[in-house]
Amino acid sequence: MDFLNGITLISNYILIPGLTYGSQLALGALGITIVYSVLRFSNFAHGEFMSFGAMTSILLCWLFLILEINLNPLPTAIIVLPFAIIITIFYCILVDKIIFKFYRRQNSKSVINLIVSIGVMFFTGGLIRFIIGPGDKNFFDGERFILKAKTFKNYTGLSEGLALKTTQGITIVLSIILVVLLFWFLNKTKTGKSMRAYSDNKELALLSGINPEKVVLITWIITGTLACVAGTLYGLDKSYKPFTYLHLVLPIFSAAIVGGVGNPVGAIIGGFVIAFSELIVTFAYKKIFFYFLPNYLVPDGLLQILSTDYKIAISFIILVLVLLIRPTGIYKGKII
Amino acid sequence: MKNRSRIQILYFLMAIILFAVGIFQSWNVALTIFNLCLISSIMTLGINVQWGNAGIVNFGVMGFAALGGLANIIISMPPTSNAWETGGNFIVIGLMIFVLSIIFSVFMFKRVNFNKRIKYLISFLIIFVGYFIMRLMVDSPIEQIESIEPAKTGYLGGFNLPVIISWPVGGLLAAFAAFIIGKISLGLRSDYLAIATLGISEIIIYILKNEDWLSRGVKNVNGLPRPVPYEIELQSREWVLETANILKIPLPEVSSIIVKLSYSVLFLLVLLVILYLLQIAVKSPWGRMMRAIRDNEVSANAMGKDIKKRHLQVFIIGSAIVGIAGAMLTTLDGQFTPVSYQPLRYTFLIWIMVIVGGSGNNFGSIIGAFLIWFFWIQSEPLGLWLLSFITSHISDTNLIKSHLQENAAHIRLMFMGMILLVTLRFAPKGLIPEVKR
Repeated sequence: MDFLNGITLISNYILIPGLTYGSQLALGALGITIVYSVLRFSNFAHGEFMSFGAMTSILLCWLFLILEINLNPLPTAIIVLPFAIIITIFYCILVDKIIFKFYRRQNSKSVINLIVSIGVMFFTGGLIRFIIGPGDKNFFDGERFILKAKTFKNYTGLSEGLALKTTQGITIVLSIILVVLLFWFLNKTKTGKSMRAYSDNKELALLSGINPEKVVLITWIITGTLACVAGTLYGLDKSYKPFTYLHLVLPIFSAAIVGGVGNPVGAIIGGFVIAFSELIVTFAYKKIFFYFLPNYLVPDGLLQILSTDYKIAISFIILVLVLLIRPTGIYKGKII
Repeated sequence: MKNRSRIQILYFLMAIILFAVGIFQSWNVALTIFNLCLISSIMTLGINVQWGNAGIVNFGVMGFAALGGLANIIISMPPTSNAWETGGNFIVIGLMIFVLSIIFSVFMFKRVNFNKRIKYLISFLIIFVGYFIMRLMVDSPIEQIESIEPAKTGYLGGFNLPVIISWPVGGLLAAFAAFIIGKISLGLRSDYLAIATLGISEIIIYILKNEDWLSRGVKNVNGLPRPVPYEIELQSREWVLETANILKIPLPEVSSIIVKLSYSVLFLLVLLVILYLLQIAVKSPWGRMMRAIRDNEVSANAMGKDIKKRHLQVFIIGSAIVGIAGAMLTTLDGQFTPVSYQPLRYTFLIWIMVIVGGSGNNFGSIIGAFLIWFFWIQSEPLGLWLLSFITSHISDTNLIKSHLQENAAHIRLMFMGMILLVTLRFAPKGLIPEVKR
């Protein structure tokens, strides 16, 4: 019984939150990795693109609320998502046409592109705050829990509860669908293959008659989709605040680099590595020891490796460690 | 020379703008802006050495500035009574054990010939053990120190020295941090370096936010001593009273203007000294070597230049300058608030200043800092004015209008983004381009 309780405790506080946060990070990191591998620069504006996606979702949610269209017990955000994705893609392509295209034509260094993306970040951040305001927005409606802790306790008779929020379920399911679609596209379709060829060797791809503008367009379509879904899911899960997305960029970059920049599989692995290590390092192990060890061996204190205040800093620490030990990431990405 | 006339015109223009603010708004506002412009321009000089002359992307401005701020506490605050006796020494010893374990594991890793995987494991274990010994030693003293009058102190305090000393000390702290960060990350390509420095600066802020025994964390340290007299003190002085009488300005305003002016003089002195030293450095063979390395690493390497060492050197120098500016900023504020350190305000805004002013030109960096800081401050009223102008034909009760006016303050982020993008597109060399030698 104690063993089962311990397992439940771990699933409730590490496994499920880790899977949720990990999928959000993985989707974000995929966006950054794809821009990096095709357009060859680190896109600092990605966090704001995610924020933009979440904002459009919120605005559309309000519209649907007025029109009284909903999907009870699922949140309205799900019906809204396709429309929000289209708008985000449109914004990304617009930004590319007006701003990034110029530097691509000039064959600018990647540092210049990076600084340009900071300009885009500033502008988009300002635009978002201007449209929706800097405050907290909660746009979750519908049933809150798929599985309530109390129901689980009654059902199994354990003393530890296991809860699964609707947002967590949606996040995990949607991420799996999106990732499967993405890999199918990259590996099986002709367009996806041409994209991979372009990212692998630009000159050779151009010689083989691949249209570069089309590849870039598709890159932004994929990036916009990923950004919008990741942003909306994050906002749905944790409540939307424009300010948080700037701070989300760094864990996402960490995830991309830890996995190996330019490698989609790496981005996903990186996302989960970051998410789980944040949770594992800041988890208070006292209760676990309580279940797994005989009583007289349970030590005092919370037994945290690092206090919860450092949760986000952990992703940077991992980033630094990876850069030190294996700069190419877990899966070999582009060589630095 | 084309550049020289540009410098003259732009500096003259900036002076006029500031004077206009003084005349039309108030001299207090103008001097506040001027002081912050001076501090920002020192920060941009630090970044310009790294980016303009050596091509190093340092996104850790925020962290170095915060370390400079920390120097204020360590130098100028009075030591908390009993804090050192209750466990300050334990904390220092604990931290030293942790640092020693890191040094030892790095040493072992470099010197011992063995299977690489096992070496990683062993050095990780050494650091882990060092960390746990530190936690054992440090945890209870920290708790005790933080419980000494937590509303007022609850931290170790400082050395009670004059606050001016904290400026060079802030530079030293930042230089020390830059040495470690540079050792870790300077081998990386520019993109990665940018992200790594940004991440490390966030770690520094997190430490300052959460280690209450050091910096009181989010409770802030208020009432830092000043290098200049207080307003109240001034108001009882004979000559201040007389000036107020002659100029026909209320006494409180005169005293606050005098305080701000004395800050300006101090900051201006520091700025001029740093600018002078940097100008010499840039013109010297050292500066030529840095530019050679920036423009072509391979050939500079072939000429026998030690690129890693030079990069580390310039990284330390630039970061130290940022640290000095950070210390000055905290002195000017009179308080240390870790929460106020945001990458948007400290790192990216400084970068916009450097790019807009002209990377590689010290005079350009200064004018960039002045112009951008001025816009940053004034774009809020400007945005509001612009909006009320555009929406003037809409009635005041309209929901959209009131919503827009509420969010008008955020228009400045859009302004900044646009200024950066326009500069990069149409004048990528900045307002005052680098001098061709």
